[in-house]
Amino acid sequence: MRKTAIYLAAMAGVAGQSHAEYKFNLQPPVTPIAHQIYDLHTLILLVCLSIFVLVFSFMFYALYKHRRSAGHKAAQFSQNNTLEIIWTLVPFLILMSVAYPASQTILAMKNTKHADISIKVTGHQWIWEYDYLGEGVRYVSNLSTPRDQIDNKAVKGAHYLLEVDQPLVVPTGKKIRVLLTSMDVIHSWWVPQLGVKQDAIPGFIHDDWFLIEKPGIYRGQCAELCGVGHGFMPIVVQALPPDEYDSWLKDKKSKLTEAAASNAKTYTLAELKTHGEQVYLSRCAMCHQANGLGVAGVFPPLVDGASFSAGPEATAPLVERGFWKNGKVTLGSKEQHLGILMNGISGTAMQPIGQQLTDLDVAAVITYERNNWGNHTGETIQPAEVAAVRKGTPKGASS
Amino acid sequence: MTTTATLDTHAHARPRGIRRWLTTTNHKDIGTLYLCFSFAMFLFAGSLAMLIRAELFQPGLQFFQPNVFNQLTTMHGLIMIFGAIMPAFVGFANWQIPLMIGAPDMAFPRLNNWSFWLLPMAFLLLIGSLFAPGGAVAGGWTMYPPLYIQGGPGYDMNIFAIHIMGISSIIGSINIITTVFNMRAPGMTLMKMPMFVWTWLITAFLLVAVMPVLASTVTMLLTDRHFGTHFFDAAGGGDPVMFQHLFWFFGHPEVYIMILPAFGILSTIIPTFSRKPLFAYHSMVYATIAIAVLAFTVWAHHMFTVGMPIAGQLFFMYATMLIAVPTGVKVFSWIATMWRGSITFETPMLFSVAVVCLFTIGGLSGLVLAVVPVDIQLQDTYYVVAHFHYVLFSGAAMSIMAGAYYWLPKWTGHMYDEKLGQWHFWLTTIAFNVTFFPMHFTGLAGMPRRIPDYALQFADFNMISSIGSFVLGASQILFLYIVIKCIRGGAPAGARPWEGAETLEWSLPSPLPYHTFEVPPVIK
Repeated sequence: MRKTAIYLAAMAGVAGQSHAEYKFNLQPPVTPIAHQIYDLHTLILLVCLSIFVLVFSFMFYALYKHRRSAGHKAAQFSQNNTLEIIWTLVPFLILMSVAYPASQTILAMKNTKHADISIKVTGHQWIWEYDYLGEGVRYVSNLSTPRDQIDNKAVKGAHYLLEVDQPLVVPTGKKIRVLLTSMDVIHSWWVPQLGVKQDAIPGFIHDDWFLIEKPGIYRGQCAELCGVGHGFMPIVVQALPPDEYDSWLKDKKSKLTEAAASNAKTYTLAELKTHGEQVYLSRCAMCHQANGLGVAGVFPPLVDGASFSAGPEATAPLVERGFWKNGKVTLGSKEQHLGILMNGISGTAMQPIGQQLTDLDVAAVITYERNNWGNHTGETIQPAEVAAVRKGTPKGASS
Repeated sequence: MTTTATLDTHAHARPRGIRRWLTTTNHKDIGTLYLCFSFAMFLFAGSLAMLIRAELFQPGLQFFQPNVFNQLTTMHGLIMIFGAIMPAFVGFANWQIPLMIGAPDMAFPRLNNWSFWLLPMAFLLLIGSLFAPGGAVAGGWTMYPPLYIQGGPGYDMNIFAIHIMGISSIIGSINIITTVFNMRAPGMTLMKMPMFVWTWLITAFLLVAVMPVLASTVTMLLTDRHFGTHFFDAAGGGDPVMFQHLFWFFGHPEVYIMILPAFGILSTIIPTFSRKPLFAYHSMVYATIAIAVLAFTVWAHHMFTVGMPIAGQLFFMYATMLIAVPTGVKVFSWIATMWRGSITFETPMLFSVAVVCLFTIGGLSGLVLAVVPVDIQLQDTYYVVAHFHYVLFSGAAMSIMAGAYYWLPKWTGHMYDEKLGQWHFWLTTIAFNVTFFPMHFTGLAGMPRRIPDYALQFADFNMISSIGSFVLGASQILFLYIVIKCIRGGAPAGARPWEGAETLEWSLPSPLPYHTFEVPPVIK
């Protein structure tokens, strides 16, 4: 009963929020390029609308006036050279008049020189990582919409699916250059109000730029299909006035130092599990699911004894690491477990996800996985152990 | 009496029942097979679309997890393109090309049988991949690596399905080219051929040119997946973007493969019901050739966001805009054909008029997308989904419907139910626009395509789209009913049910005898 009530409330919430939300045009632009794009779209739309109205007024006139039921007799002409030359040349000239301003904008978009700040953006399945080049500030940005909202068990918030735990923060009035790449598959970094959409391609770096005119929060999404989490990797850019940005950057740096210190501590099993659950739900549950049972045939379960069948290309690396035997998942050693997180399993969707997490995050999530659902190893893994692996063997236990 | 006896022995008493269809080499039977097959695939892929729209009816995950949703969108695309639209046009080609050029059959009747029967095998693999461990392809019909490399055995089944379809298409195209070049009745010069034959001739050349490109590209995917090559893997010196170049070098001409035969159908129907010859026949032929040639120079406009150099973006933008010129010539000529005609509005004409109008909307939104900076905003959004459904549903699929209503009386000997046909037309046209027009707005507002769940500001338009799509889907059941009803009976059609129809097939009785034009007609 209660569940139904929540569900209905969630639906009502959706209906309530979505009213008066009919949006017919591009989002309001906040960068010089986005303004140009907006105007170009208006121009080409007006050109197309005028062509459409003009051409089809002839067709509908003919359909009405030259119908047989109105007694119209068919003429038999089938050629008119003048007309044909006109309707070949005129569209050509109209198109040239649009192509000129469009070319100007392309040149402006491609000019990434003389940037004030450079930020490397790396796409991962399914989060964005931001690295402020030269500042030593690097962090990942996760979807922060609770799973219950996605599953219709809770009322959806105003920024459903377009909210993150840590936005990309940039100053206003500065030319920001973004360098895009990816760790796994092709993603696309898109913030409509900034007029930026650039694919993030593994093995290559492409750049783009923007200059935000006024402070605010601008939201976007991944725009290239990148697997099951494609709809769930938003981008949030927060533009601050330059002085506020400076203090944010200072604050961020000191927080990162604190986090590094927390890696040196030793934690209890309970502490690690609590933190590990958060990491698991934001980073692992998309594939392996909140209940650890994975998706049949695609993403293996993490629960000892759970059955999983897939082709040898998926099971062989698991066998090698001691995580699969005779159609069932087994719990391999914690060293191998750590190796998988730090190095991924090449040729599968399992990415070296540990590389984007802090030592504490990795330690916590492994402890959580080994002491949750049907797993009761009682083992803890401490941040120091992760740090040792991270430093020592970049290729890890098993390749 | 003796003559009949001789003819019977000559034709070797035909097998009946299933063996007739398995072994047939008759172009009419094979045309029927193609059309029935494509109708089945149209309904199947259409029901996948209904599932997609059910999931997108509201924000949140209701019916399908993302993994299943991605399989639905991918399979919908692959089956509609390779299973519904393309085979339907091949069906029309098989029925109509020999009839329209006064040939007794296709040039290679046995290959013709083979090219059809490859298709059910390909689709057994493709649809069967839904049941493979890990499911069917879920990375979109464009199959971009590295995502494609991550999939299970279903992905390999898809590659082999594409190989088989490719062989089928290439055989079919060679057959059509040979038939058109060698089997025209005396006096049927190239520039006297009906526009439908012309458009198919050019389409067949496009197919022969690009299907091998697709086949080799997916083979490279296969070896990347299993044999340690790195064509599309930067870690081994490859490039994922190279796949996109190769794919779209096939993919863009493929778009014209699906629209040129539709142009041919329109150029046949519009003069008939305007009771006036096709305006500017010669320019229409040249425009078709121009579109086909330009089709090879615009592929990278699907890839404006991959990080192309300035020169690349400028070139592909100009080339794409240029293709609007011959396409415009076609639209203007159809309208000039209607101008000062004596127009009636039977179902085939209603569909044709709607196609001219709605296809033009798709063409104009294509022009919007050609402008690189605007495309940067709209690439991979619902605007693109709206655009290609205006081109492929209200362009290709509705032309197929127009063609079906137009030729069913000739093929079956019965008139279809005109009243129901008009119902089908209005339901389809209205529901189509309710479904797809709002997608322009959701795309402009910033909704990416291929997502199973979306932000709340897109909720209203998505609900409208979903409602439209359910009506659109249901209307096609009515179409199925009308077709079956027409096959089973109806008012006798007579040799020429459309008084304005001029092409050769109308000089023959309806229904058509099993063999036609055994003696070539004389063309004045």
